[in-house]
Amino acid sequence: MTDDQLTQRFYRSIYLIRKIEEEIARIYPTDKIKSPIHLSIGQEAVAVGVCEALNTSDYVFPTYRGHATYIAKGGNVKAMIAELYGKSTGCARGKGGSMHLIDPHAGVMGASAVVGTNIPLAVGAALSAKLGTDNRVSVAFFGDGAVEEGVFHESMNFAGLKKLPILFVCENNDYAIHTPRKDRQSDVPIYRWAESYGIESSYVPDGDVSKIYSAAAAFVSRLRSGEGPFLLECSIYRWKEHVGPNDDFAEGYRDAKELDQWIPRDPLVTLARDLSNQSRSRIIMEVEALITDAFDFAQESPVPDATELLADLFQEAN
Amino acid sequence: MKRILTYSEAILEATRQEMERDPSVIVYGLGVNDPRGIYGTTRALHEQFGNARVFDTPISEDAMTGVGIGAALTGLRPIHVHIRMDFLLLAMNQIVNIAAKSHYMYGGAVSVPIVVRSIIGRSWGQGAQHSQGLHALFMHIPGLRVVAPTTPYDAKGCLIASIRDNNPVLFVEHRMVHNLKGHVPEEAYVVPLGQARILAQGDHITIIGISHMAVECMRAQHELAKVGVSAEVIDPVCLSPLDMQSIFRSVERTKRLLIVDSGWLSCGASAEILASVAESVEDLGQIKLKRMGYAPVPCPTTPSLERLFYPNAQTIAQAAYNLVKNEDWAPEDVTAQEVIEFRGPF
Repeated sequence: MTDDQLTQRFYRSIYLIRKIEEEIARIYPTDKIKSPIHLSIGQEAVAVGVCEALNTSDYVFPTYRGHATYIAKGGNVKAMIAELYGKSTGCARGKGGSMHLIDPHAGVMGASAVVGTNIPLAVGAALSAKLGTDNRVSVAFFGDGAVEEGVFHESMNFAGLKKLPILFVCENNDYAIHTPRKDRQSDVPIYRWAESYGIESSYVPDGDVSKIYSAAAAFVSRLRSGEGPFLLECSIYRWKEHVGPNDDFAEGYRDAKELDQWIPRDPLVTLARDLSNQSRSRIIMEVEALITDAFDFAQESPVPDATELLADLFQEAN
Repeated sequence: MKRILTYSEAILEATRQEMERDPSVIVYGLGVNDPRGIYGTTRALHEQFGNARVFDTPISEDAMTGVGIGAALTGLRPIHVHIRMDFLLLAMNQIVNIAAKSHYMYGGAVSVPIVVRSIIGRSWGQGAQHSQGLHALFMHIPGLRVVAPTTPYDAKGCLIASIRDNNPVLFVEHRMVHNLKGHVPEEAYVVPLGQARILAQGDHITIIGISHMAVECMRAQHELAKVGVSAEVIDPVCLSPLDMQSIFRSVERTKRLLIVDSGWLSCGASAEILASVAESVEDLGQIKLKRMGYAPVPCPTTPSLERLFYPNAQTIAQAAYNLVKNEDWAPEDVTAQEVIEFRGPF
C-alpha cells in the first residue's frame, strides 16, 4: 500500500468514527438512544492505527468505549446504530446496546462493560489462534484504569508464559472516570510494566495515527512469525465527558488547557494536509451517505418482538 | 458381567473419549498434568494429547477463566478444572458477567461452550475454605447450567453432555463420591442435562439428595425399609435446569418431602426446590416439608464438630421417619465408609 493510500484509509476511518459519534451526540438529547454512550471522540487514532494493521479474521476485544474499535475493525455500521436504537436489527438484536457491540464476522468480539474483563478473553482467543493453523492474532484494547485490575496482570503473566499471539493495547487517556492516573498509580509508565512479564512494549506519546500504525504493524508482523506477546501504550485524550454526549470541563476535575494541547494533533486536521482535495471530498461524500443510511436504517427498523425477551439464553444444539 | 468403574475413572474416561472425538476439547487447570491428576480424573491426559491441549496454569483463576471463555468464543471447547469449588469465588466475575451473559447479551452472535469442573471437599480437616458446596450461587444465574451427578454412570454421561453442550456448564463433583463404584458402559453416551434420576422407588416419603447427600439418603432409605417406611430417593443430577416434574409427581403421591443438600439451606438448592413445590403442587396444606443441609456456620475442622456439620444417614432417616410417623426413631449409627476411609491431606 502506498503512503497516500494509507493516509486515505486512516482519514476515512477516523472521519467515519468522528462523524458517527457527532451524530450520536446530536441525536442523544432526543432519547432515541436509551443506552449509556462512551464516546471515542479524540481517541480514534488508537483504534484506527491498530486495526489498520490487522486482517478481517484477526480478533479484537474492545472496551465499553468501543465505537471506534468496532468501526475501525470493519464492524457493520448499520447494525451498530440499530443496536444503539434498541432495534431488532442491531448487532446484538437490541440486547446489548452501546457497551456490548459485537460483529464476529469482522473479528469484533463482544465489548464488555466491566473494566478489564475483555483482557483474558483476548488472551483466550490468542490461545485458540495458536492452536489453529490460520495465523490469526488477537488484540486486547483497554484503558489506563484496567491495568489496576488483577486480571490484567494475570493475563499478561499467562500470555507471556505461553508466548501467545496477542497485542495488548493500552489507550491511556489519563483518567479513570474523573480520577487522573497520578492519583491511582505510581509514576512508572504502564508500558514499562510489561517487562516484568517478559513482554516487549512500545509507547506512542502523541496520538499520531501513523506512528501507532507503524508500531502496531511491526508487532503484528512479529506475532505472525511466532514472536510475542507485545504491549503498545498510546497516550490519547478524551474530548467529551466519561459517559454522555457533552463537554465536561466545567466540572473542574480537569483543565481545558489539557485539551488545548491535543486539538492541534487532531488527525482529521493533520491527515487532511496530506490529502488532495479530490480524495478528501470523495471520502467525505461516501462517509456521509453511509452515515445517513445507517441512521435511517436504525430509525426504520422494528423494535424486538416480546418473544425475544426469553430467546437466546442458551444456544441449542446444532 | 457389568463393567464397574469408580466415579473418578468415569470422569477420566469421558474426558479422554471426548478429546479423542473432538480436537477442539482442551483441559486445563491447576495440577491437571501432575502425577496425581486431580484424583485421577485427568491422569496422563497430557501424555496422550500433548501439552498444548492439556496444561497446568498459573494460580490466576480470574484470568484463566477468561482465557477459557475467550477460547470458547473462538472455537475451542475448554474444560477448566478446579480442585476445590471454593476457588470459583475468584472466577465469579468471568463466570457470571461474561460466560453466563454472552450468548444472550450479544443477541446470539456468539456462544461459550466451556465446562468448569469443581470439586466439593470434605473430611480430614478440609475446613471452612475447602468444603463449600456453592452450587446455589450458580443456580441463581440465568445462562449457566449446573450439574452435580452422584453416580459413576451419571458422571460419565453428564460430563459428555456438558462438553458437547454449546453453553457454559458448572460441573460439580463431591470428593466423597470420587471413589464410589458403579456400572459404566465403555462406549461414549450422553445423559441429558435436566433429568432427575429416581435412585429408589417408595410410597411414604420423597427424599431428594444432592450430590454426596444422595448417597447418604440411599443409606437412610435402606434403614427406613427395615422399619416399614418406604422412601423414594431422587437425585436431581442436574440443578439448573431442575427436573421439577419428576419431583412434583413423586411428592403428589407420597405427600412428604425431605430435601438434603450438600450445601447451606438459606437461598440454597433446597429452598429453590421447596419454593417450586409450594407454587405448583395441589393440596400444599396436606404435604409435610423439611430441609436438611450444612449447619449454618463455616465448616469446622475438628472431626468432633465436623461430624455435626453434615446431615448423615442416621439424621436423614430420623427426620424422614418423623415426617412419616410423627414419632421419634433413629437407626443405629450408619457409617459412611467413604468418609471414614478418606485419608488426607488432600
